[in-house]
Amino acid sequence: MKALIKDIMAPAVCVIQKFRKETQDTFTLELSPPEEGFSFSPGQFNMLYMYGIGEVPISISGDPADTGRIIHTIRAYGAVTSRMMTLKKQEMIGVRGPFGTHWPIEDLVGRDILLVAGGIGIAPLRPVLFHILSNRTRYGKVLLLYGERTPGDLIFRNQIESWRGRFDLELEVTVDSAREGWRGNVGVVTTLMPRIVLDPSNTAAMLCGPEIMMHYTIQELTKKGLRDDQIYISMERNMRCGIGLCGHCQLGPTFVCKDGPVFLLSKVRHLFRKREL
Amino acid sequence: MDNSKKTLELHPFFEGMDPDLLDVMACCACHREYQPGQFIYREGDEADQALLIIEGKVCVEIFAAQRGSLVIQTLGPGDILGWSWLFPPFKRRFDARAIELTRAIALDGGVLRQKADEDHRLGYELLKRFSRLVVERLQATRLQIIDIYGKHI
Ligand code: FES
Repeated sequence: MKALIKDIMAPAVCVIQKFRKETQDTFTLELSPPEEGFSFSPGQFNMLYMYGIGEVPISISGDPADTGRIIHTIRAYGAVTSRMMTLKKQEMIGVRGPFGTHWPIEDLVGRDILLVAGGIGIAPLRPVLFHILSNRTRYGKVLLLYGERTPGDLIFRNQIESWRGRFDLELEVTVDSAREGWRGNVGVVTTLMPRIVLDPSNTAAMLCGPEIMMHYTIQELTKKGLRDDQIYISMERNMRCGIGLCGHCQLGPTFVCKDGPVFLLSKVRHLFRKREL
Repeated sequence: MDNSKKTLELHPFFEGMDPDLLDVMACCACHREYQPGQFIYREGDEADQALLIIEGKVCVEIFAAQRGSLVIQTLGPGDILGWSWLFPPFKRRFDARAIELTRAIALDGGVLRQKADEDHRLGYELLKRFSRLVVERLQATRLQIIDIYGKHI
């Protein structure tokens, strides 16, 4: 992986090549990489810096094989991301990274892969799908389950439609509520679980979304016979430095920025959903 | 009836059920088919059956004045549609409509209630299975209403 700059605390200045509004509160930034280049592994994040406002950790949502662009898909929740939503093409943004652990896609060659995404959690999983679909023969059955609030909140709609047309990918989308006329599923993402067929001896699952969603998804996967060492999760914590120095992201002895955000569940089961942490 | 019993046996909802009880249930069962867009029932209708979905997709809707019909749940193969037949006042609370061509086994609610009164083993099995279904749906509904797809990096 090629980091943006040598001094990891100083953001590189990147130009916004494209700004695409995905939904009412979600948008995608395509940034030009700096001259020294940029590469990442699926699941990693960058710290994006809005000059004068603040810095936030945002996972990378682009294709890891595409080194010509840095792509971030962001949901506007706080002050920094809301301000980012007003950015325009050719404006500048500060970038530090890439940071953190990644989904272990190379270790999972030959396995069936289940991806479960909730809300903006689809963004860190998209690079996994890009990789798998470009190397499709190296993996077994591939399933993507994606849950959102409403049909209007679905991100990457066109891409999902084109993926739906593939015979080598099972894809189910579900929303919490919909108007009459929506022909997809309605219900939280966990309600899809009883309907899917998995080979528990050969499946690896990668989950990304709010902790509560992952918690219930893990329960369903356990019912299906998956063990904790077959399930990977991406955790979220407040971050500042992104490199294990400040302690903001600490979860017991674990630094989410450095030891995560992608964890094997069996390694963090004792930390997951702990109220005290 | 034999065909219905086989279908009941294979349906995940009745997995592990005593074959004698499945025989009784099969007596109350018949095959149904619904075209895309066809209402299976509407709010306020008498709740006279449970549907075991074999194939297709069904949406459960609620009508809200000025907002039209809102889809609150979809069900597919392996799912059960409707438990109002089991509890007074035996009325449907929502609308249910087929989104795709849907094939199902319909169990006659009135007959089932009567058989369950006569044979408490059957009654207990039905209550166990339907209360688990109600609990699962309640948990899913709780997640649905708290907007779980909140903030994430
Ligand atoms: S963000 Fe500073 S230690 Fe993790």
